[in-house]
Parts: sequence; C-alpha cells; structure tokens
Amino acid sequence: MQRFSAVRRVAAFLQNRSRQRASFSTSLLFDDTQKQFKESVYQFAQETIAPHAATIDATNSFPKDVNLWKLMGDFNLHGITAPEEYGGLGIGYLYHCIAMEEISRASGSVGLSYGAHSNLCINQLVRHGSSAQKQKYLPKLISGEHVGALAMSEPNAGSDVVSMKCKADRVDGGYVMNGNKMWCTNGPVAQTLVVYAKTDVSAGSKGITAFIIEKGMPGFSTAQKLDKLGMRGSDTCELVFENCFVPEENILGAVGKGVYVMMSGLDLERLVLAAGPLGLMQACLDAVIPYVRQREQFGHPIGEFQFIQGKLADMYTSLQSSRAFVYSVARDCDNGKIDRKDCAGVILLAAEKATQVALQAIQCLGGNGYVNEYPAGRLLRDAKLFEIGAGTSEIRRMIIGRELFKQD
Amino acid sequence: MKILVAVKRVIDYAVKVRVKPNKSGVETSNVKMSMNPFCEIALEEALRIRESGAAKEVVAVTVGPAQCADTLRTALAMGADRAVHVDAGAAPVLPLSVAKILRALVQVEQPGLLILGKQAIDDDCNQTGQMVAGLLKWPQGTFASKVVLDKEKQVATVEREVDGGLETLCLDLPAVITTDLRLNQPRYATLPNIMKAKSKVIKKVTPEELNVEIKSDLEVVQVTEPPKRKAGVIISSVDELIDKLKNEVVSCNILNCK
Repeated sequence: MQRFSAVRRVAAFLQNRSRQRASFSTSLLFDDTQKQFKESVYQFAQETIAPHAATIDATNSFPKDVNLWKLMGDFNLHGITAPEEYGGLGIGYLYHCIAMEEISRASGSVGLSYGAHSNLCINQLVRHGSSAQKQKYLPKLISGEHVGALAMSEPNAGSDVVSMKCKADRVDGGYVMNGNKMWCTNGPVAQTLVVYAKTDVSAGSKGITAFIIEKGMPGFSTAQKLDKLGMRGSDTCELVFENCFVPEENILGAVGKGVYVMMSGLDLERLVLAAGPLGLMQACLDAVIPYVRQREQFGHPIGEFQFIQGKLADMYTSLQSSRAFVYSVARDCDNGKIDRKDCAGVILLAAEKATQVALQAIQCLGGNGYVNEYPAGRLLRDAKLFEIGAGTSEIRRMIIGRELFKQD
Repeated sequence: MKILVAVKRVIDYAVKVRVKPNKSGVETSNVKMSMNPFCEIALEEALRIRESGAAKEVVAVTVGPAQCADTLRTALAMGADRAVHVDAGAAPVLPLSVAKILRALVQVEQPGLLILGKQAIDDDCNQTGQMVAGLLKWPQGTFASKVVLDKEKQVATVEREVDGGLETLCLDLPAVITTDLRLNQPRYATLPNIMKAKSKVIKKVTPEELNVEIKSDLEVVQVTEPPKRKAGVIISSVDELIDKLKNEVVSCNILNCK
C-alpha cells in the first residue's frame, strides 16, 4: 500500500513546516513490535485520516473522495482480532487497542466508527459465528468492502437494554422481526449488522437472541441520520424492522442465548473503545503543547506560567495513567483473563478523564480554544460520547460495585 | 542479483531541533529518531526492483550504535530480506568512514546495486554515495528521480535531477545510485510485515571485523542556531528605496542576483 504523501512530508520538512506532536515514553507498556505497530498506524492515521477530521466534523459525514474503510482495510486494521483464514491478523486486543488509539487520535469520529465496525460487529462474529457465517460475512468486512454495525439499544431501552421490545417471532424457516433500534453507529452505511431481539418476550433476559441482518433484507430500513453533539460524521441512526424476515441460519450464537453474546461482547467492547479516549487525550496534548510554547503573553510563552504547567501536568498524568490501565487490562484479556469490572473500569476512567482533559485543552488555548478553527472544541464534543456509549458511566459504576460486592 | 541498501537513523524530520546549551551539537536525547526520508525512498526503490523480478534479495545495512537496530527493523518491516548492523560505537561516523565500511561490505556481499539516500537530513553531507562509488571504482547515478533496470544487459538507466533539468545516464552494473525526493513514495510498514520482520535476521558486525579503521579528521568546534531573521521593512516609494540602498545597505550584490 503506497503512502501518497511521503514526498510531501520530506518537502514539508525541507520547508521547515514541522508537524508538531508530543510523544511520550511508553517503554513499559509495549514491546518493540508493538511500538513499531503504533508508530506505523500513527503515520497512516495522520496522513490518511487526520487531514479529513475537521471536514468530517463540519459536514457530519465521511469524505466522499476517499474510501476510508477500504484504506483502513488495506492497512489490515479491521481484522486485528479475527482469524487469518478470513483475512484477519489474529493478534489480539492489545494491538486492537493500539490501532483504536491512533485512529481516534487522528479523528474521534473515524475512531468510533472503526471501533463499532471492527469490534462490535467483526469481533462478535468471530466469537460467536458459525463457520458458515464467518465465511460468508467476515472477508468483506475485514477488507473494508463492507461496513459492520451492532444494534442493541432502543428508543426506550438504553441502560435498561434487557427491556428491549424489538421482537422476532418464529415462522417457517426463520423469524419475522418487528421493532426499532436506536443510536446504531454505522447504521446508515452498514451492510452487515448484529441485532439483538426478543424471541421470547416473556422470558426477560433469557428471551434475547442475536441475529445477523443484511442491508437490503425486505422489511429492514434505516431512518434518518442523527444530528449529534460530537462524533459527527460517525453516522448513527435508528433502525426500523417491519415484518423483516430473517432466515434461521442468521442466528448468531444460540436462540435465547443472546444476552450472553451481548454482555460478554460488551466487556471487550468497553476495553477496545477505552482506547478511543486515550487517542483523544493524546490529540489534546498534541494541540496544546506546541501552542503553549508559541503563544506569548506578558512577554513570555504561556507555557512558562505555573497555572498552564499545572494543567499540562494534570492532562499528562490523566493520559498516562489511563493508558497504563487500558493496556494492562488488554494484556490480561489477551491472556484469557477477561475481568468484567476491569473492562468496565478502563472505559469508566479513560472516558471521564478525556472529557476533563479536553476541557483543559480548550482552557489552555484560551479564546482560540473556543474557536472552531482549532480542534479543542471538537475533541471535547467527541470525548463526551465515551461517557455514554457502551454503557453509561453510571452503569459502569454499578457493574464494578456489584462485582466487588459479589466477590469474596 | 542482490541489492544493498544503506540506511541511516536520524532525528525525525518533524522534530523541532534544539541546540545543546554547551553548543557542542544538537539535542538528541529523548528526541524521536527515524529512518532518513531519502533512505526510505532508497529502500522503496530496492523493494520495487526486487518485486519486478530484477533482483533476488534486498539487504539493509546501517552504521551506528545499538539503537540503530530500530531502523533496520523498520527496513525489515517494509520488506527487506535481511539486515546488517555495523556497530561503530556511539560517536558519529563521518561519510568517508561510512563509505569505507560500505566498500568492505560490498566486497563481502557482492551486490549488483548499492542504493543510498542522496543525503541525510541531519548533516546534509551528500557525500557517502559518491565516496563509495569512488572507492569501489563503480559508476554512480546520484539524485536519481527515475531508475530502470535492464536485467539482461545488466545496465541501469538513471534519470537525475540536476540544476539544468534532467540528465539521463546509463550505468553498467554493479553501480551506486543515490535517491532523490521524487523517485518514489515509500510504502508503510503494515502490521503483517512488522510481524514477519521479527523472524528476519539482523547480523551484527564491527568495523574491525571488516578491517576498516574509523578515524575522524574533523572536530566539531561549535554548533549554533542560525541568527534569527530580522523583520523586513515595507518601503512606500521608489525614493525611499533609493535612499535605503544608498545609506543603509553596506554591501549588496543586487545587480548580480539571479
């Protein structure tokens, strides 16, 4: 895969227009290969995705002239946790988190869509799909030709997702689905969607089944794209099912076992998405540090004033501590130790820190931070999402507290 | 045919370089280092030649301390088949010594082509390629903006960017080529290749083993930042311009400006 702007990079250097960035020691977190990978994805994301970030936010859509999904697929980013036989790399959650961090650093919206596609959809198919299902859906999802999504929440079932009303009634050869899903990331563009519905409304959580839905299935449509505060461009919409027939072979996992698919998937979703706020925090520091070196007031760069240095310190320690937590849990998950409260814990911490770091970034940039020409405002709006999606902070706290209470 | 590519580890092009307080050099500790951009272009060209079938093996080589192995790992991740690390200690090695080391390696490896970047972005010497060619008595095509290899005739056609435009040379192999900016766009090191690179060999050699004595006849006396550019003055009339030229400009070759 060719890098189209390496020539421009060297030319840019020669003209002394250096792309400023703050890079911090991560020597204890990664081995040499992981560091190489991080650097590689960083270069790819900065050259391919970052130039579009502001426009994606302003126009609330992905760029039309480049196919980011395909480019990320060419760079082997979608199937990091998928088996090689389907085009994946099968190298685990740590690498997936690294990719998520660097993509989010370039653009929060692209990172979120990437996370929904590669983890919520692809990884769920990897973990629960039958061989036939994996063979049918994974190759195109991993190459980037198809986009994946996942839908569990409904207009009236967010945190209380188990109370979902979308139902799938048994008919000859499959199920007929009726209902609505809300806040589905990539919904407007996805070809393959993992959708949870109740096959037995009276059985509560044990009546949920996971299905694989394909775009174009009669009775399945998407309603208008949502106009969001942040993560603009990461297309999100409502899904509408009106007597949508879903064949038997599209059941993901087993009938009535959907809640297990969903909850165990949520643990890993939280882990991988936790790398999103890490990227956003890093992007904040990338913007702030050069600024406070250049901006002068009272005859000094503002970075020499203690209040600003205090903010830098807080932002830095928030990022580094969150990073240490996320990657150590990622390592555990790769070793088979998936701890529900740790997975909830990493995204709880990283998301809340990211919002605070973004607020401080705006403050460091002062009036310029308030102007949309600078990225700080978008970083704040993007960061806030992570306190809500994949289980709100309140739900995460409840999960952790409950797990600690149960444990002896 | 084997291609030998010499790469150098330098301060990353995007880093804002600072001079050390004691003016002995630039700050390199805790500073991001990368492969020299022109060396990336050289490596990319070598890989393309191998992919076209005109060469069998691409060997990356670097001269420098232990940390330079990172640069070789990047080269392997981009696609080089194996690498050679000449550990010459921490002190910077000047172009002539590098050229002598490369000559020794060439005599060991017997490549059909030696490709280097035209210059390194830290010292901008633009000497190593030319010196090696001289020491080896090989033909050289420097500042290459296009390279076409003829496997049968064992000849490289090199288009060079020179002051007057483009010059085309025909070089009998083996030859030395140094690469310029517009030759190609280097590939990324993708993750599968980074993983594959872990099993590729990096051979360690010392200059002594190659019978090369590294001596430096240059001593860096002082490094300072260039003087800060003074703000210009906007002149409002031709009279004012003439007045300034007469009275303020002490020596200026305005009439000789191209």
